[in-house]
Amino acid sequence: MITRAANPYGFSRPHLLGIEGLSPPEIVDLLDRAEDNIELGRQPSKKRDSLLGRTQINLFFENSTRTQSSFELAGKRLGADVMNMAVGQSSVKKGETLIDTAVTLNAMNPDVIVVRHNASGAIALLAQKVDCSVVNAGDGSHEHPTQALLDALTIRRHKTRIDGLVVAICGDVAHSRVARSNVLLLTALGARVRLVGPSTLVPGAFRDMGLETFTSMRDGLRDADIVMMLRLQRERMQGSFVPSVREYFHYWGLDEEKLSYAKPDALVMHPGPMNRGVEIDPAVADGPQSLIREQVEMGVAIRMAVLDAVVNARGNGGEAAP
Amino acid sequence: MSRLAQTHPVWLTNARVVDPSQGLDGPGAVLMVDGRIVAAGPSAASNGAPEDAETVDCRGLVVAPGLVDLCAHVGEPGHEHRETFASAGRAAAAGGITTLVAMPDTDPCIDDPALVDFVATRARRTSAVRVRVMAALTKGQAGQELTEFGLLGEAGAVGFTSGRGSIASAQVLRRALTYAKDFGALVCNRPEDATLKGSGVMNLSETAARLGLTGIPAEAETTVLARDLRLARLAGGRYHASLLSAAEAPGLMAWAKDQGITATASVSAAHLTLNEMDIGAYRTFFKLSPPLRSDADRRALVDGVKTGAIDVIVSGHDPQDVETKRLPFAEAADGAIGLETFLAAGLRLVHDGSLTLTRLIEAMATRPAEIAGLDAGTLKAGAPADVVVFNPEEPWVLNAKDILSKAKNTPYDGARFTGRVRRTYVGGALVFGL
Repeated sequence: MITRAANPYGFSRPHLLGIEGLSPPEIVDLLDRAEDNIELGRQPSKKRDSLLGRTQINLFFENSTRTQSSFELAGKRLGADVMNMAVGQSSVKKGETLIDTAVTLNAMNPDVIVVRHNASGAIALLAQKVDCSVVNAGDGSHEHPTQALLDALTIRRHKTRIDGLVVAICGDVAHSRVARSNVLLLTALGARVRLVGPSTLVPGAFRDMGLETFTSMRDGLRDADIVMMLRLQRERMQGSFVPSVREYFHYWGLDEEKLSYAKPDALVMHPGPMNRGVEIDPAVADGPQSLIREQVEMGVAIRMAVLDAVVNARGNGGEAAP
Repeated sequence: MSRLAQTHPVWLTNARVVDPSQGLDGPGAVLMVDGRIVAAGPSAASNGAPEDAETVDCRGLVVAPGLVDLCAHVGEPGHEHRETFASAGRAAAAGGITTLVAMPDTDPCIDDPALVDFVATRARRTSAVRVRVMAALTKGQAGQELTEFGLLGEAGAVGFTSGRGSIASAQVLRRALTYAKDFGALVCNRPEDATLKGSGVMNLSETAARLGLTGIPAEAETTVLARDLRLARLAGGRYHASLLSAAEAPGLMAWAKDQGITATASVSAAHLTLNEMDIGAYRTFFKLSPPLRSDADRRALVDGVKTGAIDVIVSGHDPQDVETKRLPFAEAADGAIGLETFLAAGLRLVHDGSLTLTRLIEAMATRPAEIAGLDAGTLKAGAPADVVVFNPEEPWVLNAKDILSKAKNTPYDGARFTGRVRRTYVGGALVFGL
């Protein structure tokens, strides 16, 4: 059992609703705590007991296999009782139902609810209506904080630092909560973040946020340490935002040639699930520079750290804390 | 007629050389060697020509860059009975055109890189003049899904157009302009609101009321043009308004240019020289889309060309056969041919004092080449030797039986012109000569 000295600047919030507002020491604290879980996850016996007897509800309004499994495994490794509530997209009527669901679940006295919802801001709204901790597992095109944390953990383990790295986030930035959380986190820790993609997917408003944007992969990947590819939803590649898969892959799909524009030791990341042959060439996804599989392992470690932190920040009694 | 036949040097001398791209308008000569311009202007006259050069005495004639027509429907593939690249090429050469940009409204429509390649290859084999392709802006010209601007551009498309139709969805046009920006691509839309057009067949006017025909208000054009220009400002791409017809349109274009919006516009030679009164007794060869409007509209359009609010003049060439034109007016197809009368019709505006010859050549050659990104429309040294030689004062009458186009639907049958093309060179080779 690993114990850790209390960090006065560390993460001690009852919710994790986004990266926005987190201080660099809070982020680093979560990354450090996750490091401990990586080793644990590689042992034959992977259990801790820090959430023993606690109840975790995974409330997914959007279908997700990977993130939900990752949160489920994380909770179980901490000893919590984990319940999955898959709320079918079709049965949900947004606002009212969301709050109704929250109130219902709250009556079951859970300790933490992990939520994914298709509407930006929905999870912050839900957090106001419950007495337990809430973790954002993705809200609309807003934030996906645990993805950004696991990405940062993966990067830090390979590059030993984040400060000063050039990170190119490529593809459908406009609709990506992963991109927003990563921009906030990586920028907070001193990385230079660039956004690369067609103007239909990388709107000019990001330039107004002070970020560098590029429409060409050649320019955007030059001297990059990290190339982070985003998933392109199928319905956006048939003429509305992008004319076709072949055109998208031709200009923005990461193949070996485009990867060669980045630094020779550049690392490739993707939050999954991948569209092979759309945003990424299988040869790159499975190649020596790819960290994509390792990201999944880091996901469990990060989510353990986050669940542990938010539940314990709320105290042992489960009463409402600010 | 093959362009490869003749490659010996040609010296066009004793001419009036007009080249807006270099500010030339005066006595001089043009020397063409190996398919390229070597010199143009007074120096080309004084320096003489190589011994093996063919010397053409151009006394009384104007030598200018070959015309570049940004909007011509050809009919190949799918409507070869109306016009082929061979027949369109002959007609274009007679009209002083050395590069024509073919519209994608064919069957199938040009919305795939392989089709651009097919058209370019086919035209290169059969046409006397250069043919470039404008690809469809949306798949199947359906106005919904963007085409592959990147791959189509690499295949040779010089721009993307709604063709005969108009993009109804503001969101689609916005996305097209946004996406086009990344490739520097040109987005052309025909500003026309289909609901306002309704079942209209000519300009909304007293004439329409008298003829008992449903009118199309000018607002069908101006409301969409005003929208498009704001979308161009929002998205930042290169917008081109094709085939304007309404008096208010030049003012909207001038506003946009004043705002720094990257917008250009075209008008057809027919809309600058004809008006709705020419329809007379239901003459379907004057049924165009957009419709011929009042003479006040026409004069405003001419003024728009003069001030530069409207950048280019196009032929709007749209071949129709007898079956689609010999019908009651409301049922007849839109469109008129315009390749071989292109320069002659334009010269009417010079003779009536509306435009200088320099501005006419600029609007018919230099500007369209710039807008489409073509190495054409200039007599600068090194440019391809695409040249038109014409007598600006020669009177002639167009006789429908002499028309070189396959389709004969000209609105100028029996019309008197002053100014006639004498010679047209493409890549230094003579492709038309009288």
